[in-house]
Amino acid sequence: MPESLIDAESLLAVDVGTVTTCATLFDVVEGHYRFISSGHAPSTAAAPHKDLREGVSQAIENLQIVTGRTFLDEARRLIVPTNAGMGVDIFAATFSAGPPIRTVLVGLKEDFSLASTRRLARTIYARVVDTIGLDDKRKSEQHIDSLIRLRPDLVLVTGGTDNGAKQAVRQLIETIGLACHLLPAENRPALLFAGNMNLADEIKTSLQPLTLSLSISPNIRPALETENLPPAQLALAKLYTQVRRSQMSGMDELNAWAGDTLMPTAYAEGRMIRLLSRICDQGRGILGVDLGAAATTVAAAFGEELTLGVYPQSGFGESLADLLRDASLNEILKWIPLDVPPETVLEYLYQKSIYPASLPATPEDLIIEQALARQSLSVAFNNLSRDFPQHALRAAPGLAPYFDRILACGSAITHAPTLGQSLLILLDAIQPVGITTIILDQNNLLPALGAAASRKAILSVQILESDVFLRLATLVAPYTSVQTGLPILTGRLVYQNGSETRIVVNQGALEILPLRIGQSGRLYLQPSRQTDIGLGPGITHNDGLPVLGTELGVVFDARGRPLRLPEETTRRRENLEKWLHTLGG
Amino acid sequence: MLAPVTHILPLTTFRRERLLPVPGRINVRLEQKVNPLDVLAVTSIASEHLLLDVAGMLGLRSDAARDLIHVYVGETIPKGRVITKGVGRFHHDIQAPCSGRVIIVEAGKILMEVSEDTIELQAGIPGIVTRVVSNRGVEIKFKGALIQGIWGNGRMDFGLMIPMHFLPGESLIPRQLVGSLRGSVLMAGTCSDPAALQAANDLLVRGIILGSMSPVLIPLACRVNYPIIVLDGFGKRPMNNTAFKLLTANARRETTLNAEPFDRHTGVRPEIYVPLTVPLEPPPPIDVESFAPDQTIRLTRAPHAGEVGTLVSLRPGLVTMPSGLRVAAAEVRLDSGEQILLPLANLEVLR
Repeated sequence: MPESLIDAESLLAVDVGTVTTCATLFDVVEGHYRFISSGHAPSTAAAPHKDLREGVSQAIENLQIVTGRTFLDEARRLIVPTNAGMGVDIFAATFSAGPPIRTVLVGLKEDFSLASTRRLARTIYARVVDTIGLDDKRKSEQHIDSLIRLRPDLVLVTGGTDNGAKQAVRQLIETIGLACHLLPAENRPALLFAGNMNLADEIKTSLQPLTLSLSISPNIRPALETENLPPAQLALAKLYTQVRRSQMSGMDELNAWAGDTLMPTAYAEGRMIRLLSRICDQGRGILGVDLGAAATTVAAAFGEELTLGVYPQSGFGESLADLLRDASLNEILKWIPLDVPPETVLEYLYQKSIYPASLPATPEDLIIEQALARQSLSVAFNNLSRDFPQHALRAAPGLAPYFDRILACGSAITHAPTLGQSLLILLDAIQPVGITTIILDQNNLLPALGAAASRKAILSVQILESDVFLRLATLVAPYTSVQTGLPILTGRLVYQNGSETRIVVNQGALEILPLRIGQSGRLYLQPSRQTDIGLGPGITHNDGLPVLGTELGVVFDARGRPLRLPEETTRRRENLEKWLHTLGG
Repeated sequence: MLAPVTHILPLTTFRRERLLPVPGRINVRLEQKVNPLDVLAVTSIASEHLLLDVAGMLGLRSDAARDLIHVYVGETIPKGRVITKGVGRFHHDIQAPCSGRVIIVEAGKILMEVSEDTIELQAGIPGIVTRVVSNRGVEIKFKGALIQGIWGNGRMDFGLMIPMHFLPGESLIPRQLVGSLRGSVLMAGTCSDPAALQAANDLLVRGIILGSMSPVLIPLACRVNYPIIVLDGFGKRPMNNTAFKLLTANARRETTLNAEPFDRHTGVRPEIYVPLTVPLEPPPPIDVESFAPDQTIRLTRAPHAGEVGTLVSLRPGLVTMPSGLRVAAAEVRLDSGEQILLPLANLEVLR
């Protein structure tokens, strides 16, 4: 397939989600890649179709209707490369459809290799069904019984530093091998080994014939105090794709169209977040969140170091009822400014689990849905934030690190009826601190760009530089020890035309300084001595900060970190309504 | 746009494969009539193993231990059987600590299968065996009424179906559960009282069909000994009229409840079967549909969740809902005559 800019101009990217399949077209306009349009269709990976091709074809056909172009031939095969004005030059694809794959983790010590293995497993759509390690009190034969009973799709094996322990890893491998030997051939799992590299050849010889697919990647724990996840993440993403290809009809064809670059949606999103982090200040990161039906994905990158978490149990679809394992009903109810009985929220959770594609049609349903969105996102973000690197700067332990930008995907956030609702969901769930630009990916481009990056890197760069994402707000979220109601920050926004607006922000307040899209200005902030806006208490940028206009302008979130809602019901509801009203309803 | 489909069919024919996970013995023959609880095929799967590290016990290298092992792969050995004979300075015999079958002898170790689970493949549906898949299972043909649910507690049984009420919105309460209902399948609009489910358990009913159920009852519903199938959703709402009428019309007929949990990926879902004797073969259920006018549809979310109506028209473009969301929408006429606009995403086709 053509790879140079001259030969290859159009790129079609498809993302197959649990609920929706999205086809996105990029093409060259005036010498630069631009997002052209997208088409959507219900996903068909699940029953009754059990073949994702129907959804992919329909999404592309809908894109054909919107663009007036032809991408599929009469047999609904992709025309690639472009021929006589029809088809596309490059195709890329991502997927998150399907139930989480059943995964067994195998490692040596709980605090070392197994901890790293957990972090590795969290980068795909996986459900960990068992963990086997040296601290495990079970005997080898009980491990075998467990593996036979659970029939995992995937086994992740780590353990031993390079040139370190061999015998203990050998014993674990022997156990896995025996279990695989006893499983019917069609039920054997795929296996990734990312432990002591000195054992790689031995493992290849012993396990290759006994597994669906064997992948060996560099050790995720090459030394006791060193963790090296990225190579294993890539190997795991490939292996996960292979497992899915063996389970799901249509994946092989999609992968063939994509030139063998089909990848998990979360991996593609993570890749883009890491790419974006190159442009950030040292210590400040980029955060990407995707509230999807299959899972909630959180990706944070600090200086190109990516921390990726895929949380099927916090997904906004059929696993929504599982949210109650991580959050109480009261934690969800606290976000609802109406008198909604707990049973109604419970009913909503279960009903949405049965009908994950359904949408809130009434105002009350919308409020419940957005409360659930806050809680799902909050649970996923807080889970991942424990693993953010130590060099990620924070105002105080337990708070979110400073993010230069937060990029949000997922229709519950990006297609909320008002932009104020979108912003408030993100602020309440993530509770960012410092100065951050909040961006919405309303066209679900992030996975497409991540997939495209593997086919045409320049496309992703040029699209990121264009105005394809919605700049929602410039957020100033101070951290302070000052009491509620007292002033903590003064702000002065000098517009391009020389006019200015001033603001005094009191602790507990949520305020806006308007600065619309197309406008720009310079923001001068003066925090009080106990107030930190990301530079340390009382410290500011003396020359001010250049700011670009956003949909909602400059938003000051001084409601407190961590955000504590009033215990008293009436006051809490008044606050929730007031905050939403401040952001435009 | 593709539409999700739920079947509520007064008369249909379908064929289903029922297969063992591993090869086994088939108990039925072609053209045999089967009941839902009939065991079609049986197999066994090893559930417990024993790994004897002979080399480790003797303090030998694995290749040295190999010559001392006196059991063979495939051999069934009793408890106490000598596995390794003491020789020279390794003068102690090693005996089998329990009976079992030797499945691997390798690297100075012996892996034995010491316990196995029997797997019985039940028919799950009443019907006729139309195909036998050698060593694996059968295909069963069913003729009769089919009603699909949205939630099931994983159990299966059959019995005469008794409607508990004349109206689809009435609740099942404990005092309605009298002795004469023992062994029956009960049908009610809704249930939110745990005592009712418990009383039904004590009464040894064969199943309960509900239009809706309080989600608070889910843990209890998963513990009771009889199948429960919920047809429309969670909360307190009447059973949809189409299902209520069909079930009422089949009152006192033998009814099977296969309350398998709903799995969107495989398509397995809780189902109710009422076998009917008809000379011809009624048409099979149609699983794939696109939304179109005149279809009978069910509303899956508020407002009017669970109600049934007719799709009047599909609106072009996106429409703003009272929630403020802009969505693909359809005009729907409810059974009550009211006409409303709803997101397509909140509709499913009944057929």
